[in-house]
Amino acid sequence: MSDHSTPHAEDHHDDHGAGHGTMRDYVIGFLLSVILTAIPFWLVMTNAIADKATTAIVIMAFAIVQIVVHMIYFLHMNTKSNNGWTVMALIFTIIIVVIALSGSLWVMHHLNTNMMPMPHDMGQLP
Amino acid sequence: MAIEAVDHSHWSPLLGRLWWDAIPPDPIVWATFAGVMLGGIALVAALTYFRVWGYLWKEWFTSVDHKKIGIMYMVLGLIMFIRGFADAIMMRLQQALAFGGSEGYLNAHHFDQVFTAHGVIMIFFAAMPFVTGFMNYVVPLQIGARDVSFPFLNNFSFWMTTSGAVLIMASLFIGEFGQTGWLAYPPLSGIAYSPYVGVDYWIWSLQIAGVGTLLSGVNLICTIVKMRAPGMNMMKMPIFTWTALCTNILIVAAFPVLTAVLTMLSMDRYLGFNFFTNDLGGSAMMYVNLIWIWGHPEVYILILPIFGVFSEITATFCGKRLFGYTSMVYATMVITILSYIVWLHHFFTMGSGASVNSFFGITTMVISIPTGAKLFNWLFTMYRGRIRFELPMMWTVAFMVTFTIGGMTGVLLAVPPADFVLHNSLFLIAHFHNVIIGGVVFGVFAGINFWWPKAFGFKLHEGLGKISFWCWVVGFYLAFMPLYVLGLMGVTRRMRVFDDPNLQIWFVVAAIGAAVIAAGIGAFVLQVAFSIWKRKELACDGDPWGGRTLEWSTTSPPPHYNFAFTPVIHDIDAWEDMKRCDVAAPKSGFLDIHMPKNTGTGIILGGIATVFGFAMIWQIWWLAAITFVGMIGYSIAHTFNYNRDYYIPADEVAETEAAAHGQPLPAGA
Repeated sequence: MSDHSTPHAEDHHDDHGAGHGTMRDYVIGFLLSVILTAIPFWLVMTNAIADKATTAIVIMAFAIVQIVVHMIYFLHMNTKSNNGWTVMALIFTIIIVVIALSGSLWVMHHLNTNMMPMPHDMGQLP
Repeated sequence: MAIEAVDHSHWSPLLGRLWWDAIPPDPIVWATFAGVMLGGIALVAALTYFRVWGYLWKEWFTSVDHKKIGIMYMVLGLIMFIRGFADAIMMRLQQALAFGGSEGYLNAHHFDQVFTAHGVIMIFFAAMPFVTGFMNYVVPLQIGARDVSFPFLNNFSFWMTTSGAVLIMASLFIGEFGQTGWLAYPPLSGIAYSPYVGVDYWIWSLQIAGVGTLLSGVNLICTIVKMRAPGMNMMKMPIFTWTALCTNILIVAAFPVLTAVLTMLSMDRYLGFNFFTNDLGGSAMMYVNLIWIWGHPEVYILILPIFGVFSEITATFCGKRLFGYTSMVYATMVITILSYIVWLHHFFTMGSGASVNSFFGITTMVISIPTGAKLFNWLFTMYRGRIRFELPMMWTVAFMVTFTIGGMTGVLLAVPPADFVLHNSLFLIAHFHNVIIGGVVFGVFAGINFWWPKAFGFKLHEGLGKISFWCWVVGFYLAFMPLYVLGLMGVTRRMRVFDDPNLQIWFVVAAIGAAVIAAGIGAFVLQVAFSIWKRKELACDGDPWGGRTLEWSTTSPPPHYNFAFTPVIHDIDAWEDMKRCDVAAPKSGFLDIHMPKNTGTGIILGGIATVFGFAMIWQIWWLAAITFVGMIGYSIAHTFNYNRDYYIPADEVAETEAAAHGQPLPAGA
């Protein structure tokens, strides 16, 4: 429709659309994702770190980096695209997700604080 | 009336759980059904007789015009509001009667459905369509756009919302509705305690309507961010558009949580999962936690746009720029974020310790600060203004008084120790009706009276409007102040019969209040009907109130394309600024206007979704599978429809603009 010479509702604004990736970006993104996937697999398969909890934490860290890689190289997130609205949306999403997750964990962890101490089996009560 | 336990375990491959026992064994329901059937047949006959089906289909049902979709949302909201109010008056009557050994006139099974349906309908299918309707109608006009970003999606969203409403209405006559309260807490809503279709109706009507709400949120955010007229930067946006933006951000962030919770409950009920069951590691508390992570933002989804409505009305009818525009914007943003960190105040009594409860108690009290800032802004706008007490302004003043009282009882409930005494009592009921009726409902009536002339080209009759107003305000206080008293005396919510005869007088007063409100609703319906009849006498031009924002720069009703030329914005009150500078409307040089075409895809998909929901509720698996595939297939097929737009020729635009002579024309760039 942009080839039509009439003013459209769409072209009143002078902002930039979403960025477009180059082949180089896609290749870099692909390689990074492969590496970031391969390392956790290797960690689990070879038991490179003896402590299981540490392994889990390391894998989680790789997952977070993976998310960032996907957003930058495949979803073309940067501070400029759409006048910074995508970044704003991302920040808002992160805030809300952090609130909901950490809040739920905190709340659910705290649930039994005000319970009366009692034996698990009600039948044992006098 | 004792109800014998009915065995509903019958299932057949063809009809699923649907069988003769789906007809509710209740004469009240039969009578309602007969009435609805007769009314429905009369309506269909009248529509056929006057040959308006084609008109309705072409001009309304398939329309992608944001103005028509906005009006359809309002009609949906009004119909469902009357249904929800019928539930309310049944409850008030039951509670006023059921004393001294009397069982009242509703059996327990029916009464439980009534209070559940009342809550669900009023929030999801009355209040939500009302605010979505306002946002749809007003936002594109206020920002100088010709439609929303995704016009077809808008039509589709409307029909998904309607689909949910249809399912909930069907539950009245086929099967049953939930008996769980409007948020269906497990384990009561689990399969063990609610084995029949009631909770399933609840789940699927909300799931389907939720799709519509979410997509409409995406659509409006995109519209506000991308389609503002040149010159309108964020801090020049009208305040209603600001509140609409924040509301839709809340919708997009909150509704997926509801979808997820409903999905988990469905898996518990349909597939034997144990997310929220008592055994096998499930936690019903988690459901309560999650549903309120959606539920509290939902409260602000309803009230924020209404704050915007009141802001526009106050500025217009005081003839002044809104006091503290910037603080209003920041207050709205602060509320948007804070509304996500208060959810636990809905379940202080669930067992959390002092640190959790005091954190959420304090955040709840803090949220009253930006709200209070807004109230002062409205008051300071009124201060030394030339206030015209027309209907929208009267509703606004009533709102300020009523909402303040509701807000104060809210802060009271935010104190955890006080909440331990008052939770689940009628005090809570009185509180949230005080803010929802005093806020949302008053705002809806203010907004209808305010924007009706814009939408239809004539004002609503003032005398009948005043009768409606006074009945509503007086009726509200009569109906809910007694509930505060009863709540303080310890009466819990959702009770069907009472033992203590001393309480009866309060319930009788509340019932009288409900009757006065009924008169208010009646007067409103009469006001609309009478105004349509007298529309010639009540006709008005494009700017009947001395408006300040862009929607008043168009004719009433606005042309299909809203603005012949996209306006250029220099001020927050853009239209006021244009009037002051005598910006002349262009008389020539019109160009072709590019517009989206109507499509029946929205209503067809909505129809298939209704059948899908019905099939899932009754476990008619073959039908569910077919309709599910049908929905996906039809959506994909629609993407290959490239015949989606057309041009309004410049000549036609010139003709329309000339015909609007005498009315203010859109000011040109």
